[in-house]
Amino acid sequence: MAEVVTKKQLSPRTGPLSPAHSWYWIKLLGKNKGALAGAIMFTLLLLLALAAPLISPFDPGDIQPERRLTPPGGEHLFGTDGFGRDILSRILYGARISLFVGSSTVAITTIAGVILGLVAGYYRRLDNIMMRVLDGLMAFPAIILQIAIMAALGARLSNVILALAIVYAPRMARVVRSAVLVQREQQYVEAARSIGASDLRIAMVHILPNCIAPVIVQSTMIFAYSILAEASLSFLGVGVPPEIPSWGTTLNEGRVLMWRAPWISIFPGMAITLCVLALNMLGDGLRDILDPKIRKKKN
Amino acid sequence: MTAIIKRFVAVIPVMLIVAAVVFIIMHVAPGDPAANILGDDATPEAIARLREEMGLNKPLAQQTVEWFARVLRGDLGQSIFLHISVNKAIYQHLQATLMLTVLSMFLSITIGILAGVIAAVQHNRFLDQLVMLLTSFGVAVPNFWLGLMLMLIFALTLQLLPPTGYVPLKEGVLPHLRYLVLPSLALALGQAAAIARMTRANMLEVLQNDYIRTARSKGLVERVVIFKHALKNALIPTITVIGLTFANVMGGAVVTEQIFNIPGIGRLLITSVARRDYPVIEGIVLYIAAAYVIINLLVDIIYKYLDPRIKL
Repeated sequence: MAEVVTKKQLSPRTGPLSPAHSWYWIKLLGKNKGALAGAIMFTLLLLLALAAPLISPFDPGDIQPERRLTPPGGEHLFGTDGFGRDILSRILYGARISLFVGSSTVAITTIAGVILGLVAGYYRRLDNIMMRVLDGLMAFPAIILQIAIMAALGARLSNVILALAIVYAPRMARVVRSAVLVQREQQYVEAARSIGASDLRIAMVHILPNCIAPVIVQSTMIFAYSILAEASLSFLGVGVPPEIPSWGTTLNEGRVLMWRAPWISIFPGMAITLCVLALNMLGDGLRDILDPKIRKKKN
Repeated sequence: MTAIIKRFVAVIPVMLIVAAVVFIIMHVAPGDPAANILGDDATPEAIARLREEMGLNKPLAQQTVEWFARVLRGDLGQSIFLHISVNKAIYQHLQATLMLTVLSMFLSITIGILAGVIAAVQHNRFLDQLVMLLTSFGVAVPNFWLGLMLMLIFALTLQLLPPTGYVPLKEGVLPHLRYLVLPSLALALGQAAAIARMTRANMLEVLQNDYIRTARSKGLVERVVIFKHALKNALIPTITVIGLTFANVMGGAVVTEQIFNIPGIGRLLITSVARRDYPVIEGIVLYIAAAYVIINLLVDIIYKYLDPRIKL
């Protein structure tokens, strides 16, 4: 007698957890202390950034000449800058800028990188040309190319995101391409093709979900790079315009006052370090969890 | 040998694409370069004159061909602001950057490998954990902030070293180094952290091999086992990150030169961005990319030489 497959049996909850479930990721994070710590730190930063308008003691652009260069303590926990603006408030608002730049860059690089990587990995004829162009883009030290793009486009927040995306998308494309090259030789792809699935369907429905792990690891890394790069560009005066309270612009203002008011530079630098540290821990941890080769070695 | 020649030949298309990328960014990006160079209060006549001088009125195809022909001859044009050739401007700023880069590379590789070996040998003990903690921070700290902090501690508070400035090599090696110590350390520590983590991981893997057990069982001193047998093999993958280290140091030099007031190529690049001196920006970006491509080529060849199993 043919087995009757009930709807319940088909429901995903009964089977082993797959990357499509949010629980899968939470369980996965629990397996690696570093990844968990990174995720918690990053979530806290995210919450602080979101709550900035509620918890900031002052307006980040509020100029109070009588309070200029106030050392940390009292009403101004992290002190004030050369215009009497509260550093803590500027850092809280700066987190919004950094996280916005980071998440926008990651979104653009992931979309562009996945499309380019799928096309290059799937259509071998296009692969050679596309990879040479991407190699050319990767033949620049990242910040040099970013500075050149910013010089051509002008210092604006949207241009910073564009410059970062142009530099990091090839890196994402390479990661996706190598994952696709492995997957396209698998039997399930052949099976899908034999039942007449179109290229687009095979690429999007079958291959892509199996390449998701390296994409997630890479996007965490790109998030961290973006935060560092935005800070560097703004610090150099070619990133976001000085009136926007980003961590990099605050550091740049602090540089000239280094010997009179070191706190202006100390605190934003610590914020950048913590944020990048959290993302690196998360990225390293996820790579360890998701890379079966490393997992095997550890066992 | 043919593999090496093939690898050399492969550099040519990459360099052509690099040049194309630079051309597209500087010439095809939205906005009129002539208007950008002259700034907001330029008269239309002045803009028209500069457009004519820069050849911007010619068709794009002609501009492209002329530009490539010029660049391939090694002619990077004239600086708009400095009134000298771009090659000369870069040459004048080369020494400072070269010394900073070489010193930082040396420091990052020495500190990185040493810390990595110590951590691996002391696996899971206090020193290992300390190295791992420090390197976690090391890779996360922005190098420009590290530079500011080193300046605050060693120059402003302890007054051991000069905070900013540069003394050329011809005025004596010691004064030259005194000014370069802090900036090179600022640049090197982050890279050293990455190299240390890599060396540690490779060492741990190599130390599990049978030939290490053999070396130990035949009574060799631990020092010989570690440095002669294990490190030699553990270093091979580390060589590949040196290309990446160079890119990071070169990029980091731009920021570090700015903080420490070092008259190098990075500083020239940033001042040229502020002055909108496009030919200089173009030239520097091309030079740095070429240097990076050549370093990676050398790294590949050294890698092949050290491990003949590698296919180029």
